[in-house]
Amino acid sequence: MSEQTATTSRRPDWLSSLASWDGAVIALLVLCFLLAAGTVENFSNTGNLRFLLLDSVALALLALPMTLIIITGEIDLSVASTLGLTSSVMGQLWVAGLPLELIVVLVILLGALLGAVNGVFTTRFGLPSLAVTIGTLAAYRGFAFVVLGNRAVADFPLGWTTASTRAIGETFVPLVLIPLALLALAFAVVLHRTPTGRALYVIGHNDEAATFAGIDAARTRFWLFVTSGAVSGLAGVFWTLRYASARADNAQGLELAVVAAVLLGGVSIFGGRGSLAGVLAAVLLIGTIRNALQLDGVSADVLDIVTGGLLIVSVLAPNVATTLRSATSRRARSRPSTPTPGASRA
Amino acid sequence: MSAPTTEPTPGGTPDARPPREPAFMTDRPRRTTSRRPGPAHRLLHAREMGIVVALVLLVAVTAARNPRFLSAQSLRDLLLSAAIVAVMAAGQTTVIVTRNVDLSVGSVLGLVAFGTGKLFLAAPDLPIVVVVAIGVLAGAALGALNGGLVAAAKVPSLVVTLGTLYIYRGIDFAWASGQQINAADMPDAFLDLGTQRILGVPVLAIVALVVTLLVAQWMRHHRSGRELYAIGSDPDGAELYGLPVGRRVLTAMTVSGATAGLAGVMYAARFGTLDATVGRGIELEVVAAAVVGGVAIFGGSGTAYGAAIGAVLLTTISTSLAVLRVNPFWQQAVVGLLILGAISLDKLLAVRTERALIRARLDGQAETSNGSTDV
Repeated sequence: MSEQTATTSRRPDWLSSLASWDGAVIALLVLCFLLAAGTVENFSNTGNLRFLLLDSVALALLALPMTLIIITGEIDLSVASTLGLTSSVMGQLWVAGLPLELIVVLVILLGALLGAVNGVFTTRFGLPSLAVTIGTLAAYRGFAFVVLGNRAVADFPLGWTTASTRAIGETFVPLVLIPLALLALAFAVVLHRTPTGRALYVIGHNDEAATFAGIDAARTRFWLFVTSGAVSGLAGVFWTLRYASARADNAQGLELAVVAAVLLGGVSIFGGRGSLAGVLAAVLLIGTIRNALQLDGVSADVLDIVTGGLLIVSVLAPNVATTLRSATSRRARSRPSTPTPGASRA
Repeated sequence: MSAPTTEPTPGGTPDARPPREPAFMTDRPRRTTSRRPGPAHRLLHAREMGIVVALVLLVAVTAARNPRFLSAQSLRDLLLSAAIVAVMAAGQTTVIVTRNVDLSVGSVLGLVAFGTGKLFLAAPDLPIVVVVAIGVLAGAALGALNGGLVAAAKVPSLVVTLGTLYIYRGIDFAWASGQQINAADMPDAFLDLGTQRILGVPVLAIVALVVTLLVAQWMRHHRSGRELYAIGSDPDGAELYGLPVGRRVLTAMTVSGATAGLAGVMYAARFGTLDATVGRGIELEVVAAAVVGGVAIFGGSGTAYGAAIGAVLLTTISTSLAVLRVNPFWQQAVVGLLILGAISLDKLLAVRTERALIRARLDGQAETSNGSTDV
């Protein structure tokens, strides 16, 4: 085992140069984009590109905190349900006649509170976040239906709903991309340029070591869940305005796409590894593939095959790469000497 | 640390510390009885006891509000509704006990249910037994694919089955492409299975009971079944001990897939109307049934009996909500709250058991040290 790691680190093979997973994802994104632009009609329209980006906004928003959470070795499966519940509450408050500015603030606070519930269950009660957030996945979606039932609230002021989809000037870039970019930058700075960000990796690598290094892992995790909830609330606001409809089933099942994007972006499901650049590239990759196939007439439900498939591929690929690498290095090692069974086993 | 004083030194070795209370005198006989508990004691202290009490309370409260809740027809409906979830919960139990989870069961159910309808459209004269067998085998194949992927990717089954949940459902949508299969498309003999009764008990409930019994007996008495518990209690230890961990997990996921396949055929027989959305989201109910029924989400404990009772409890809750005229939308919220409650309770009990074990060990140490000074 130790011998094998030594040989791989000594050998600068093509795999490790390509092993910058971010690079591979970005290359794949460019490839898919060019392919779609070349073969799919109407793909490179200004209007379509704007919709591609708009459709990726919620995914990108949810992927930001999810990246940090998975890096610390946890998971939050309740994000899409949090989005749905905040959307329902937003609709109900609007019907009740509250001003929209106040509603937005309240709804984001509600999201933070829902995240705090996840945080308390995982850090205070010491329960696995997977089990907790499967529970809240069901519970929050249930509450969303309790709040709004099967109804939809759609009479939001036109100024707000058009603002959520408007482009910058004559370009295809939606206006909401500016706050999204700022938020992404903030997350990137925290993750990659601050001691807190480094601490997340340490926690994900080794919880115990983090504790001995003076990091309060439980507190960090708790606040990550709060952040995740608040951002999900924000995504709920955006989703509601962008589709001009508050519904209890908004973004049902989106958690899959979020987890798929984060894992495809090179974040290890075991924690301790990954970067935001890769994740954002993966978000765009998923958005591009879905958009192109939808233009080709594939229905949204069938498209889930692609998202699910990407998720499976992104968790299979690292193992396949490792297997290939160890196979090639074994062959390289056994070539000079006569390959005796005893030697290859050692 | 050789203190010449005879006073008990704080921070001295446990041997030097005198027992604080002569508990060992009364402790000894008590422990021998608890070592060989009688059947009554075992029944009262089973993990499943809490949920049975909850179920009885729920039925009592609902029946008090509406006595018709206890009518034979109402009870039959209850068993019929619980049957499909109970079958899948038995399979899910084998998976969760190994510290894994299978989220794809709802999609497997949907795919097999729709496939059953398609099969009858293509070959209306096919014997029902063959159709059931094909459904179970198809489910087992989908489950085996899950297990194979988990083994190959070496990642938590949650991620893999989350992926296949959407892949299987997507295939279902692509296959159906908006088509709906109705009861008229299926033979009457098959649809009768959904309503027929033997001695007043619905056939589907009997099927669920048989599946539960089979799975529970396998897990309790068969070697490979026992190994599932060992794997879930301590995966690394099981690996070191030489248990075929990968193969057992694959078996468990195949069993889970097979039960979901069977549930798909049962769904087709019971409801008769099939499209690509059948069974969407039912995986949460299945996981909830197992977890509420005492199958620890951390692996290593729980039985298919408990999971079946959990399924009955969930069904009873949704029926009660209707009887008590509560907003039916509460049902899913209740599923989530039950999951949260069950895992919290389980953790609480685990912590208490651990503390009790530590206390027992400390008492034991005090006892032996006391005994050695006597000699």
